[in-house]
Amino acid sequence: MTETQQKPIQPDPQAKMQSINLDVWFGQKQVLKSINLSVKPNTVTAIIGPSGCGKSTFIRTLNRMHELVPNAKLNGQVLLDGEDIYAKNVDPVMIRRRVGMVFQKPNPFPTMSIYDNVAAGLKLTGAKKGEDLDDIVKKSLIQASLWEEVKDDLKKPGTSISGGQQQRLCIARAVALRPEVILMDEPCSALDPIATAKIEKLVIELKQNYTVIIVTHNMQQASRVSDFTAFMYLGDLVEYGRTKDIFESPKSKLTEQYITGEFS
Amino acid sequence: MNLNSYGLRKFKNRFFFVACAVCVVLAVAPLVSILWEVIVRGAPQLSLNFLTATNAKDGIGPAIQGTLILIGLTSLIGVPIGILSGVYLAEYGNNHFGSTMRIINDALTGVPSIVIGITAYGVIVIGLIGSYSAIAGAIALSFMIIPIIARTTEESLKLVPNNIREASLALGAHKWKTTLRIVLPSAKSAVITGVLLGVARVAGETAPLIMTILGNRYFFQGLNEPMAALPLEIWRDSLQAQQSIIAQGWGAALVLILLVLSINIIVRVVSRGRLRK
Repeated sequence: MTETQQKPIQPDPQAKMQSINLDVWFGQKQVLKSINLSVKPNTVTAIIGPSGCGKSTFIRTLNRMHELVPNAKLNGQVLLDGEDIYAKNVDPVMIRRRVGMVFQKPNPFPTMSIYDNVAAGLKLTGAKKGEDLDDIVKKSLIQASLWEEVKDDLKKPGTSISGGQQQRLCIARAVALRPEVILMDEPCSALDPIATAKIEKLVIELKQNYTVIIVTHNMQQASRVSDFTAFMYLGDLVEYGRTKDIFESPKSKLTEQYITGEFS
Repeated sequence: MNLNSYGLRKFKNRFFFVACAVCVVLAVAPLVSILWEVIVRGAPQLSLNFLTATNAKDGIGPAIQGTLILIGLTSLIGVPIGILSGVYLAEYGNNHFGSTMRIINDALTGVPSIVIGITAYGVIVIGLIGSYSAIAGAIALSFMIIPIIARTTEESLKLVPNNIREASLALGAHKWKTTLRIVLPSAKSAVITGVLLGVARVAGETAPLIMTILGNRYFFQGLNEPMAALPLEIWRDSLQAQQSIIAQGWGAALVLILLVLSINIIVRVVSRGRLRK
């Protein structure tokens, strides 16, 4: 620990996103301890760990949603293409356009139709004139593998479809803004196994165009969808590497215990 | 199982139900009797002449017009201020200033209307304008409507789940757009209910009007002139000796009730139509 603090971490030129010595507090309580993690472009990175280990907090620091929580404090850097997103001149709103997010519970806008939900990001952030909304909505829904199911019901309320469809609608909504990174905070925890399987398939497809970081409490899911896995425990990043290595030959005793189900 | 205690518990259950049912009847009975009285005594008065003519020709036209103008002006002043205050308290008011404002706002809700009337009389009628006037009445009524709307707006916005706000912010929307385009529409029906409650409440206020718009036997003369209103009409008519004028007061009361009811229905239909778009 002290060794890493003495040796400054260098920005990784190949990383899409990278956290450097990231500390986070809620009030007096430190919930993330010096997290150093670098995410490669067009990969899926899974973050696993028991409840309360800080995995959701961590991904919320990656698009500055973290600072919306009262009493939240942060120290360290988060780089997006090598630029610190917490630098003084950076507007969080611009970061959130580049780093999209899908939440634990599907949260389509209840007052909007399916179509308007997908178009919401563009409308709320001031869509550029000349952009063909119909086309973007269709492409986004296709990318979220939802188009075939809703193409005749675009005017229906976004909350009228099933939970799994709502979650894919939320993915379409995030994708419509053409972000560079998509963060997913346990996107399947409120869904049944069939809906979960669809989302997992989608996550793997998404990495062709986006960098995906997914928080999950489901280790099988992490091993199915991700290229890299980070294991967190009590605010520390215990181990990070290729998913295959983490699951087959973990270096840390703690990781091995967690993966084999000795604690959860 | 002890059957005696079972019987007792069953009795308690029935007793509770009956008590609730009796109370709801007790609560509604006066309301129904008021409505009944107003309809029976007021309905015979209703005629086109009664609704459109001036007092000299046995009508309450000026009072209806005055009340409509008052409601319009009051809403024009009070609704935007009330809703935006409510938005501040709900979305930004998590600080000392916010909680102080909340307490003051709650206190304002409870200020007797006569106090608001006399304040408006002192400040606006005597101080600013120098005569009884329609605008003074509208300002006095907006003092009453603002705290009601602010409070109900705040409460309805707080009921909007936070994950909806987060969804919008995570799309890169600014806070004001999130509030205006996502949060307020989600709470729209509750906010509208609050506005209607406020309008219904002030539409029937008499005390502040006595000291601000005074009353007028003629149709609208200008914002700086005295104006008629239904509550004033009811009050003045009921003090008269002639039975025919007292009967006109009942008619005016029925019109006031119908007016508030129809505003209620119209706003609900219109806002529902918008949602379905």
